Amino acid sequence: MSVMEKNQTETQNAWRGFQAGKWQKHVDVRDFIHANIASYTGDEAFLAGPTQDTKDLWDIVSQLSKEERERGGVWDVDVNTPSTIVSHQPGYLDKDKEKVVGVQTDAPFRRSLQPFGGIKMMIDACKAYGFEVPAEIVDMFTNIRKTHNQGVFDAYTTEMRLARRSGVITGLPDAYGRGRIIGDYRRAALYGIDYLIEEKKRDLLDMELDHLDQDLIRDREETSEQIRALQELKQMAQMHGFDMAKPANNAREAFQWVYFAYLAAIKEQNGAAMSLGRVSSFLDIYVERDLKEGALTEQEAQELVDHFIMKLRIVKFLRTPDYNELFSGDPTWVTESIGGMAVDGKALVTKNSFRFLHSLYNLGPAPEPNLTVLWSEQLPEAFKKFCARVSIETSSIQYENDDLMRPIYGDDYGIACCVSAMRIGKQMQFFGARANLAKCLLYAINGGKDEKSGVQVGPEYPAITSDVLDYDEVIKRFKQMMEWLAKLYMNTLNVIHFMHDKYSYERIEMALHDREILRTMACGIAGLSVAADSLSAIKYAKVKPIRNEQGIAVDFEVEGEFPCYGNNDDRVDNIAVELVETFMNMIRKHKAYRNALPTQSVLTITSNVVYGKKTGTTPDGRKAGEPFAPGANPMHGRDKKGALASLNSVAKLPYEHSLDGISNTFSIVPKALGKDGDIRKSNLVSMMDGYFHNGAHHLNVNVFDREQLLDAMEHPENYPQLTIRVSGYAVNFIKLTREQQLDVIHRTFHSSM
Amino acid sequence: MIGRIHSLETFGTVDGPGIRFILFMQGCALKCQYCHNRDTWDLKGGKEMTLEEVLSEIEPYLNYYRSSGGGLTVSGGEPTLQGEFVKELFTAVKERWNLHTTLDTNGINDPNKLAGLYDVTDLFLLDIKHINNEKHMDLVGVPNLRVLETARWLSDHGKKMWIRHVFVPTKNDDEQDLLDLGRFIGRLNGVEKIDILPYHQMGIYKWEALGEKYPLEGVPSPTDEEVERAKRLIEQGRQEAQQQGA
Repeated sequence: MSVMEKNQTETQNAWRGFQAGKWQKHVDVRDFIHANIASYTGDEAFLAGPTQDTKDLWDIVSQLSKEERERGGVWDVDVNTPSTIVSHQPGYLDKDKEKVVGVQTDAPFRRSLQPFGGIKMMIDACKAYGFEVPAEIVDMFTNIRKTHNQGVFDAYTTEMRLARRSGVITGLPDAYGRGRIIGDYRRAALYGIDYLIEEKKRDLLDMELDHLDQDLIRDREETSEQIRALQELKQMAQMHGFDMAKPANNAREAFQWVYFAYLAAIKEQNGAAMSLGRVSSFLDIYVERDLKEGALTEQEAQELVDHFIMKLRIVKFLRTPDYNELFSGDPTWVTESIGGMAVDGKALVTKNSFRFLHSLYNLGPAPEPNLTVLWSEQLPEAFKKFCARVSIETSSIQYENDDLMRPIYGDDYGIACCVSAMRIGKQMQFFGARANLAKCLLYAINGGKDEKSGVQVGPEYPAITSDVLDYDEVIKRFKQMMEWLAKLYMNTLNVIHFMHDKYSYERIEMALHDREILRTMACGIAGLSVAADSLSAIKYAKVKPIRNEQGIAVDFEVEGEFPCYGNNDDRVDNIAVELVETFMNMIRKHKAYRNALPTQSVLTITSNVVYGKKTGTTPDGRKAGEPFAPGANPMHGRDKKGALASLNSVAKLPYEHSLDGISNTFSIVPKALGKDGDIRKSNLVSMMDGYFHNGAHHLNVNVFDREQLLDAMEHPENYPQLTIRVSGYAVNFIKLTREQQLDVIHRTFHSSM
Repeated sequence: MIGRIHSLETFGTVDGPGIRFILFMQGCALKCQYCHNRDTWDLKGGKEMTLEEVLSEIEPYLNYYRSSGGGLTVSGGEPTLQGEFVKELFTAVKERWNLHTTLDTNGINDPNKLAGLYDVTDLFLLDIKHINNEKHMDLVGVPNLRVLETARWLSDHGKKMWIRHVFVPTKNDDEQDLLDLGRFIGRLNGVEKIDILPYHQMGIYKWEALGEKYPLEGVPSPTDEEVERAKRLIEQGRQEAQQQGA
């Protein structure tokens, strides 16, 4: 038998029992899923508890987590070996017990050096945690091999540096990996690596054209790098004793192949968000086949899921304490999208959708992976109720509106990071953090001078000098300042992503994409509710600026009442809607790098605290330094008409002008959901059906009492796994800074009783 | 038609079935020592709203209330003090949206004079604060005779009700009283539910904000065991009465 025949036989065997389709002719995972998925409409009664091996392994993880905390947040760093796909020998929790193997270095919890995004972040992070990067490595990534970070700062303009320092644009991925790219890790399992390499080689041949322009040269180089990365992935699997050249032959291999592909990505990139995609229902097809063949029991199926999830929980990146302050805890955004409906009306909910959520019981609650339910009114009722139960009992999942996204992205998209939808393997984004609209408003009032430093950051437009702020004048100045900000912002992002492609290209993630993809330039805004309420105050009450000797408005006197965003009051909600639309249209005016499609999010992650710190007193009555509301949330305590009014305000924000997502974090005390378990579940389901029916995009659901959080602040040792949803993701509460903990506690808890 | 409104809540889940719009009316004639909405007493407080204004506050959320089997609850304060307004409101939400209506009342006012309102009320949350008349006087300032009369009136007129009882240690935890309360409930028709609401101190700040002395200072919230005991005694009394009746 020739090698080719052998490969074909192996592939045919790996695909045994699957419904044939065009997915066999070329890479098309969606077609495979739709031909083979077994939708599940039943309830959670079939689920199995943890096996002894699972418990033993989780004990090891818990012990390591405890040691990590005791060591100040980092367990160990391998400072000597810059991470690549094949840089480290295999590491294990307990080799004999793990059904899914592989960690980022030769030991779990040992973090690696990932210098390609920027060596400075590595040096600073090591120093902060008591380690030191060897001089020869510093030299290597300073003088010999340039990093993304260095490239960006070579090209940044004076204005970009000023805007970055003042915080009118922040959170930019200019010092480490940009992330937010989802490789289609499922391809590794379904096709095997050799098949994928062959396709990429054909792409290269197709790109042998008469005229090689800059774009084509770049495409050819990138494709060659992708092929190299795929070969390294195969090699990495071999080091663990697996042959990924061929497709996965059973469920265990399918989980392992998907995980290895993902592992290669996180060994190569320390992106801000390293999301997983939408793998659970894909993997279910393998589990179903094994169950039918009698090769697997339900308990073993759950064990595979639990071990897989366990690996996703211990993804670690080396980052500075500054970064953790910005993003709370140690997030990795291993986002997995669960559920949703197919275009033809079939539910994409499988037993694996339940098993993935059930890991929150078998292993206890946790912030990662970032479990994201794609909610549709058409989802099977039993699944909706199960999700509600999991939310009420663990506060560990978030919801995004499948009925809103499916018409735009089809039915095989996933969420990157918190709220960014993209077609898996067919679309990627250039992550752009966010511009601070609240600060921009102050720049408009102060003629481009920063209200904290007094430095002229924005253009020297006329400042507003009247005793009482006039709405029309403020709006006129604000729009001019927003135009400036949008232009500067887009240019800044273009610099960043040009350099990232050049110096820190995501080889393996892009190898798991089609050749032709859609790129989006994902801009974002922070401080929406502060800006909207401020404009409302100026319009409906009387706002007098109090200016310092430099003439900068550093405080505001507000006389009279004004409507606040979050009460379903169109007078102010329309201001918020208009801000979103206006800024998006301004962004659209500018050309994005690599012809990316400009988009925008209303999302702050947890940096609402840091943004607040960097922003002076605003006309809505928020004092200098006080946190913003997170994402698209109304400001804390200003939503006075209860949960539905608050949800309705957020639901008005136009998704078509905010395609990168609109985040809303909702906290409610258990009693306010109803008297007992069943009622609470059905009320939560009705609430989400209604909210998403109104066209809202996203909801984080937290169900707990404020007292519990206060107790956790005092006695963190009693709450090692207390998980709360913050802004598009979840965090371990006790890992937050004290300021962030207080911010969470001060947020609106819907508690009508 | 104008009403005096204290506040509103768009997502109520404990004052009647499903998800509900809760309208808190301003003004109450009782002086319950444990009141957790002290700021709703003043008959001249709150803000005036027209019927249409209230209706437009409800309308955006109808899909939530319908899909969850919920509706509108009017609470307070004491809503029957503005009985005409509430009657018009209930009539309107039924005519326009066929919404389920619930009235959260202390039952002090004469039911015969409120028959028009009660006709358009689907469910009553009737608060019996104390079964013993003297202790009732002490706790809330007026006798309980009218409350019990309202309960019997609702029972006689085929109305559905949930009996509510705020359980306050040292004030209404006497065994005999709890048994008597159960017996009284046991003789009523249409009682779908008995809600024992453990007294809590979350309303104290509202008294303080008004510069008032909190009458129950030092009274603790009941423990779970105490609440269970109260429930057991009430249930025991209720069953006794039903067996006698049968």
